[in-house]
Parts: sequence; structure tokens; C-alpha cells
Amino acid sequence: MRGEGDGVSTFRQDIEATIPALRRYARALTRDAETADDLVQDTLVRALRSEHLFHGGDVRTWLYTILTNLNRNRLRALARRPMVTSIDDHDAPDAAGPEFGGRDIERALALLAEEQRAALLLIVLEGLTYREVAEIQGVPIGTVMSRLARARVQIKAYLDGKRPTLRRIK
Amino acid sequence: MIDRTTPVTDEELHVYVDGELPPDRRPAVEAWLASHPEDAARVAGWRALAESIRTRYGPVADEPVPDRLTLDRITRKYRSWGNIVAAAALAAFLIGGIAGWMARGASAAAPSEVALFTAEAFDAHKLYIGEVRHPIEVKANEDHLLPWLSRRVGTTLRAPDLGAFDLKLLGGRLLPSVNGPAALFMYEGANGERFTIYCSRLNEARTSFRYDASGNFGSVRWVESNYGWVVSGPKDKDRLKAVAAAAYDQVESRTPAPSRGSADQLISRRGS
Repeated sequence: MRGEGDGVSTFRQDIEATIPALRRYARALTRDAETADDLVQDTLVRALRSEHLFHGGDVRTWLYTILTNLNRNRLRALARRPMVTSIDDHDAPDAAGPEFGGRDIERALALLAEEQRAALLLIVLEGLTYREVAEIQGVPIGTVMSRLARARVQIKAYLDGKRPTLRRIK
Repeated sequence: MIDRTTPVTDEELHVYVDGELPPDRRPAVEAWLASHPEDAARVAGWRALAESIRTRYGPVADEPVPDRLTLDRITRKYRSWGNIVAAAALAAFLIGGIAGWMARGASAAAPSEVALFTAEAFDAHKLYIGEVRHPIEVKANEDHLLPWLSRRVGTTLRAPDLGAFDLKLLGGRLLPSVNGPAALFMYEGANGERFTIYCSRLNEARTSFRYDASGNFGSVRWVESNYGWVVSGPKDKDRLKAVAAAAYDQVESRTPAPSRGSADQLISRRGS
């Protein structure tokens, strides 16, 4: 809970401290640096603007919630237009993971349904608990777990399809 | 003692990988994995996936935060929102707007439709005038701007010519509003100041002009023939009223745009 006296400054400091993580989450969620930072900016604007609606609790979870919702709105708006798939080329060169290339990860994430992608990223990238993700997505924990399981099955199926190429590089 | 009798479920494997398994159940899951190579391979795959995602995106959090995302920048840009505690009137205005937005379509106790509409216009103004790269969706010189917005908003729209005030139409965009789609026209002056005109259908038939201000911005709003209009710009009441009057004349009475020289007269005539 926020204290009485220093509540406002703590609130701002908590927000400030979360910005790098929000950028990371947004980047993975959108796979586009520009779009991701736009999302973070919108999130911060809304957070500051509705500070009076925040009654204690975890600022970080609250910010993740705003960002997740804004991204869902964005995708809904995009769905009405012709599909544009954006894979960021201005980004750091492929930082290959232990097993899959960075580009493979981007494509695999792109295949997931939005709420599966968000659940997976919030847990494995942002290190949140099932309970926190359930709160952010506004669903029961069981739903978060099935989203996560489906995300993993889908990504595995996609990467398995690519496996021969990966073997050759290794 | 390790419980080897209860079979390990698929769900538990995920919970195990995500570090949320109760400690007393871990040995059982580990024993299970040791004797079920297929499950062990899946678990290893999930771990590798998590590792790849962290390798790919983790470094983003170590990048320096761009200027535009620092709270100081954001606060400066939206200073009015930071003054909520101080300015009681503004607080009422914004809280009404936000609460109303949240209760959108809900119930009776919500603020009036016109008040919500005005708050939304104001929010749109503050949000989009700060956009450097994407202040508008469709440029003024694109022929489909007016037909498109007219079709969506449901009336033949005309973007007022504000050349008399040295304001040039940049273009427009479509936005959701309390009672359906809204059109937002954006204008820019030589020194970069921006005005917006926001229009949407309302249930209210007609209201008089009304001036509102918060922070550095002001707006003049009216409703005519079930369409609401909000002209927003820098907080200069006389100028805003003059711009709104010129917009009103063109929109409602279809009079030609005032000539450049007449703007000063308009300001003194309408402003006082």
C-alpha cells in the first residue's frame, strides 16, 4: 500500500523503475521497437493520468495490465485493416538462444493468439507468478495455465517444423 | 518421503518449469522425469524456449530509456494531468471523464453525454497534438479524408478553413466516442501550435457555446442538429472563441471562410 506522506513520489518512482521492464515486455509482445515504445508511452500517460484511480497494490502489475489491454485494443483496431506483419530489422542482430535463433522466436511468438503470447511472456520473460498474470488478464489461474500450455504446444510444433535446418547449423 | 504413487500431471510439469511447484512435490516430479524421457524432453524444450526468449528480449531492459519515455518528459507534455490534486475543478472534469468512460454504456448515474463527449475531445486533443510523427491518420490533401470521415460520422462534414488564423489543416482521424465514431481534424500554425476540431453525433439536439479550460489548453464546444463540435487549442480564450466562431459559421451556416485580414476583427468582435 502507498504511504500517506510520500505516496505520490513513491508512486512515480515505482513507475519509473518499471519502464525498462515495460519496454522489454512490449518489444516481445509487438516485435517492433517503434510500436513497443509507443505502447509504453501510452501506458505511462494513462498511468499518470489515472493515478487517482490507483488505490494501493502493486504498481508493476497495474502497469503490465494497462499495457496488455492497450495492446489488445491496438490489435483489434489492426484486425479491421489489411494484415501487416512487422519483423523488426533495425533491432540488435540475432542474439541466438541456446537452441533457437532470435528470428525463430519472433516468428513463433507471432503465431500465438494474443492472450497466449501475453501469458507466456509475462511468465517466462517478466518472471511474474501465475496469480499475477491471472490478475493482469482478468481470468482464473486455470485459464492462465491452459494459455501457457497451448502456447508451448504451438511453439514446439512450429519449431519442430524447422528442426532440420536447426540441426544443420548446429 | 517421495510420493511415487501419484502420477505427475501435464499441468504439474508446467508448474514445475515455472518454479511454482510446492517444494514437497518437487522430488516426485524429478523422479518422474528421470523415468519418463519424453516428458523430460518436453520440459527441457520449454526451458530452452524460455531461455531463448530471455536471450532475445532480455537485453531490451538494459538499453537506455529513450527521452520520450521518461516521466519528466511525459509529465511536461501532459502537465495538466499532473495537477489533478491541486486543481479541484480539473479533477472533477477528468474524473468525470474517466469514470464515465469506464462506465460507458452502463448506467444512469454517469455524467451527461455532452460532458463525456467534451472530455473525450479534450483527451484526444492532448493526446494527438503531442504526436510528432503521427498526429493524424489521413492527410488533408488526400481526397478521401472528408468522404471517409463523413460516412463514418454520419453527416456531410466540412473541415473549416482556418487560414484567417494562420492555421493550416494537417488532416484528420477517426476516433471512438460516447455515441459512435468521432472525427478529429488537426490544424497547425506557423509556430507549431496545434488546434483540433472534434465532431460526433449526439442525442442532445442543441446547446450554446461553452468554454472550458484545463492546464495549458482550452476548448469551445457547441451542439447543433444533434452533432457536437469541440474546438480545442492553446489556452487563449479570445482566440479560441474566435476560431470556434469561424468554424461554427462555416460548419453550420455554410458561409465562406473569413479572409485573412478579418481574423483580428473577429477576435475583437467575438472575443469580448
